Amino acid sequence: MRLSFALGLALTLAALGAALISLVWTPYDVTALSIADKLQPPSPVHWLGTDHFGRDIGAMLMAGARTSIAVALVAVGIGMGIGVPLGLLAAANGGLVDEVVMRGNDLVFAFPSLVIAILITAVFGPSAVNAIIAIGIFNIPVFARVTRGGALGLWPLDFIRAAEVIGKGPARISVEHILPNIANLLIVQGTIQFSLGILAEAGLSYVGLGAQPPTPSWGRMLAEAQTMVSLAPHVAIFPGLAIVLTVLGLNLLGDGLRDRLDPRLRGRA
Amino acid sequence: MQRYLLRRLVSLASSLLVASLVIFAVIEIVPGDPASYMLGLNAEPETVAALRDQLGLNQTPPVRYLGWIAGMAQGDFGLSYTYKVPVSELIGQRLAVSLPLALYALMLTAIIAFPAGMIAAARRGKLADGAVMGATQLGIALPNFWFAMLLVLVFALHWQVLPAGGFPGWDQGVTAGLKALTLPAFALALPQAAILARVLRSALIETLGQDYIRTARAKGLSEGQTILRHALRNAMIPVMTILGMQFSFLIAGAIIIENVFYLPGLGRLIFQAITQRDLIVVESVVMILVFAVILVTFLVDLAYAAIDPRLRTRA
Repeated sequence: MRLSFALGLALTLAALGAALISLVWTPYDVTALSIADKLQPPSPVHWLGTDHFGRDIGAMLMAGARTSIAVALVAVGIGMGIGVPLGLLAAANGGLVDEVVMRGNDLVFAFPSLVIAILITAVFGPSAVNAIIAIGIFNIPVFARVTRGGALGLWPLDFIRAAEVIGKGPARISVEHILPNIANLLIVQGTIQFSLGILAEAGLSYVGLGAQPPTPSWGRMLAEAQTMVSLAPHVAIFPGLAIVLTVLGLNLLGDGLRDRLDPRLRGRA
Repeated sequence: MQRYLLRRLVSLASSLLVASLVIFAVIEIVPGDPASYMLGLNAEPETVAALRDQLGLNQTPPVRYLGWIAGMAQGDFGLSYTYKVPVSELIGQRLAVSLPLALYALMLTAIIAFPAGMIAAARRGKLADGAVMGATQLGIALPNFWFAMLLVLVFALHWQVLPAGGFPGWDQGVTAGLKALTLPAFALALPQAAILARVLRSALIETLGQDYIRTARAKGLSEGQTILRHALRNAMIPVMTILGMQFSFLIAGAIIIENVFYLPGLGRLIFQAITQRDLIVVESVVMILVFAVILVTFLVDLAYAAIDPRLRTRA
């Protein structure tokens, strides 16, 4: 368990690091085309080879990490920012409010996230911002559910009753007492949604609904590689590996955090 | 049971109603006029006016919505602007690819996940468990379209045993059709199988701690027989929830995978419709996809009641 947590942390930090470093430095300029160097296999000059425009794949992967992480992170922010208050509200009020919030969530669940993305793109056109909105909307019910579930378990407890007795209202109790006690749940769910967001962003930009050129993106690198996969497999293999390792890292990190943060799981396998 | 069924039916109908309202509203808020959006910038004003008339845009939104719903209820989805054929015909042709693909993938998901989950649960904490769990972590992290490309690289380009893409049509024989769907179905199934195997494993481990399982073991049943005869049925509730949800992932995933393999299914239709700005097709295909997801949820709910009689009385 310890080992997988360390591996998850290392992979996540590597992806974050690559994205941050790419802001100030990449081994080659990702917008510089050099047709003479196209489709070169990995070599000491280009560690991961070059693509069909002669761009350095390593540099593109670093810049692509930035896009993937930014999209997934903002989408998690949207999901938390709207879903958590909704979940708190549903748990605090019960009754009609609860019913409305939960039915609304069922509705969003009925639309597969890709279908939401397609609807949004059909109407507003493809862009990274629309990809963020599409992924973010799908995150809202997830966080609302987790928050509501966690909060419902806390409301009957004595320390909440005590807070009510001293005259605190539901809103203040939700923020001051419920929220800190479900923060662990939210952090763990956040890493899960983060990794799903990376996968979703890759899928959307693969079909052309995500970040548009020249913004580098792992999904679009794969889309461009598809026709060249028999000529130069490395063009398709490295972006895919980048996605798998980042998602794997986040999932292992999430599992490890859950084990660490949840005392009931501590000591279990 | 009848009351349960009735309640479920009411919730099915209300979900469909709200979903259709949302889809209609989203298409409704297309910036500008839908007719000029569909025809592009250089359209003659007369052409736009004719299309507006054909789309019924001169009527009020509530009238148009009711017309759309009433039409769909009778299987009439309107006329595709770009293909000049009824949308229902288009959807029917494409479903003949998408539905078999989703079912094929669902079958492969179960075929991979059940043995893997049962082995992991039976050998929990041992090497086999570790191997299965490690493999599922990788499977979950795998983007299915990338996995699809790797499958093409190995099975279509290197070994040349399966086609790299395209669909011959069912009139070319079932074998040829299934061959064309095998790599796409496998690409869709593997990441889902990884999730299902993990759910099955934890559901089984939970069930295996129950008293009646101890009784079964005390009777002298082996671990394998205990799981197959007693634990599996009770572990099925969470497994079916996930399988139901996975169907909707498979439908959504198929949108991408159909594009990887150039399969003429609903997924490719929706992308073609978006590029051609054929909003009538987009609207109807999205509605069909959402309808499929809501219907599967409904069926899973009914299946719960069949598996677990306690749920019938509770609802």
